[in-house]
Amino acid sequence: MAQAAATSKTLVEAKGIGLRRSGRWLVSGVDLAVKAGEIVTLIGPNGSGKSTTAKITIGIQKPDSGQVTRAKGLRIGYVPQKLTIDWTLPLTVTRLMTLTGRYSTSEVTQALEEVGIAHLAQAEVQHLSGGEFQRALLARAMIGKPDLLVLDEPVQSVDFAGEVALYNLIREIRDRTNCGILLISHDLHVVMAETDTVVCLNGHVCCRGTPESVVASPEYLQLFGSRAAETLAVYRHHHDHTHLPDGRVQRADGVILGDGHAHGDHAHCDHSHQILCEPNTLPEAEAGAKSLPESVAEDQTRESEAANAR
Amino acid sequence: MLDDFFVRALVAGVGLAVVTGPLGCFIVWRRMAYFGDTMSHSALLGVALAFLFDINLILGVFLVAAMVSVALLLLQRRGALSTDALLGILSHSTLALGLVMVAFMTWVRIDLMGFLFGDILAVSRPDILVIYAGGALILGLLIWMWRPLLAATVSSELAEAEGMRPEVSRVALMLLMACVIAIAMKIVGILLITALLIIPAATARRFAATPEQMAVTASVLGAAAVVGGLFGSLRFDTPSGPSIVVAALAFFLLSLLYGGRLKARLTASNGSST
Repeated sequence: MAQAAATSKTLVEAKGIGLRRSGRWLVSGVDLAVKAGEIVTLIGPNGSGKSTTAKITIGIQKPDSGQVTRAKGLRIGYVPQKLTIDWTLPLTVTRLMTLTGRYSTSEVTQALEEVGIAHLAQAEVQHLSGGEFQRALLARAMIGKPDLLVLDEPVQSVDFAGEVALYNLIREIRDRTNCGILLISHDLHVVMAETDTVVCLNGHVCCRGTPESVVASPEYLQLFGSRAAETLAVYRHHHDHTHLPDGRVQRADGVILGDGHAHGDHAHCDHSHQILCEPNTLPEAEAGAKSLPESVAEDQTRESEAANAR
Repeated sequence: MLDDFFVRALVAGVGLAVVTGPLGCFIVWRRMAYFGDTMSHSALLGVALAFLFDINLILGVFLVAAMVSVALLLLQRRGALSTDALLGILSHSTLALGLVMVAFMTWVRIDLMGFLFGDILAVSRPDILVIYAGGALILGLLIWMWRPLLAATVSSELAEAEGMRPEVSRVALMLLMACVIAIAMKIVGILLITALLIIPAATARRFAATPEQMAVTASVLGAAAVVGGLFGSLRFDTPSGPSIVVAALAFFLLSLLYGGRLKARLTASNGSST
């Protein structure tokens, strides 16, 4: 898929974008490109600027530095991270589907069937559960057959089994329509195997790459079966540097990089990160083996969470 | 038929209510009730300025209301004070400015009560023409811009990401509101305009499943409040503007009693059919 994407059309390209608020760079020096048929996943901790980066990329936030080039006539489907619909606004799921465009009843039904909530077509959106609402938003974003789907934490408040189904669906949409997908996840460990590029963000691009191998623990296989294991990859990312409270970056060897996040300095910053990140991301198997106990503990947490959800 | 002042009042009031219904829904959805209040309070300043510069009253009120909404947008962008506080400042200072200016203009006699609480029984044929022409324009624009307006109301980010311009929708909505305030002032008065915008819309919420249903229901309920209020004021010899608002309130209270039951019945029948 990576090869296919390399030859296809670039939908959107951001170069060195940054956003400054109250004297602090929320994000800086971020390069990002999404091509048709490509899935790019932004991961990073809370407040690392994932949503901001996505908003700048699709043009609903103006960057303070850098620039964004979008393909002409680009159709975007967007699932925002937060969307609360006031109780005073009566809105059924069906009506939500035609919010930004006109679609036939059969198109609406098909979109709802694909995300598995066709039975909720006449329900009021305020009465949906968190997971059902996310599915409705996903159906709404994809109904217009966009060139670029931007999904900001599309699986939030969806239980783990549902997450697998939704990631499957997102991949299917990409395969069928050859749209580009910009996916945001705060989950550092679980991203899609089909992701072509993972961009790890923490105010700046910490590192980026292809999730090379699928790590599957026995517990995980037992819970979701081998089919699910084919879908989900555990992408391990070891931070080799610490973010100091004042925004500077401290490397593992104790060296503090000056104003690493300032945008004038980002060439230097990128350079040092490439050196630091790559040796750690390449030997996946070794890294995976080392941290197996940690991943077991994680899967058990997952398991109990999934049990709670049921 | 329009020879009778009461019939003229009915025709004018119903015409206005049909427009305030859908517009009022947007005000409720976007939580702009206080904003609407501020704009209508500024209408008195518009009246005073219209007399001062000898321009058309409706035009004067529209211009001042529009200016107040632009001022609010600019002040909001500076972000020094909360919207709430800004509205409080604009609302009462424009009302006070209007009252002070009217007091200075000793050469004109202004029926202050008429502007504050409306004088629907004094509606003339040209007034009716203005209400219906202006109302048709406002309704036409609302229908034409319905989808982007609604999308921007649900989420301005989502609307913008998918190629709409929520900022334009917002300004358009403010201008439409200034327009409605200008033509409604004579009927319910500047202190009661917001009531005619908000109460029918809030009442309609309980009977609607889609935004469009709510808008139409609000129009119907507003018209019913006008008819009920006017007949009430005739029967009990009460001021007409406030009587209309009292009628709207009565519908709202009734909807609280019966709306819940209706909804329970609807969901019960939905549940059994699926």
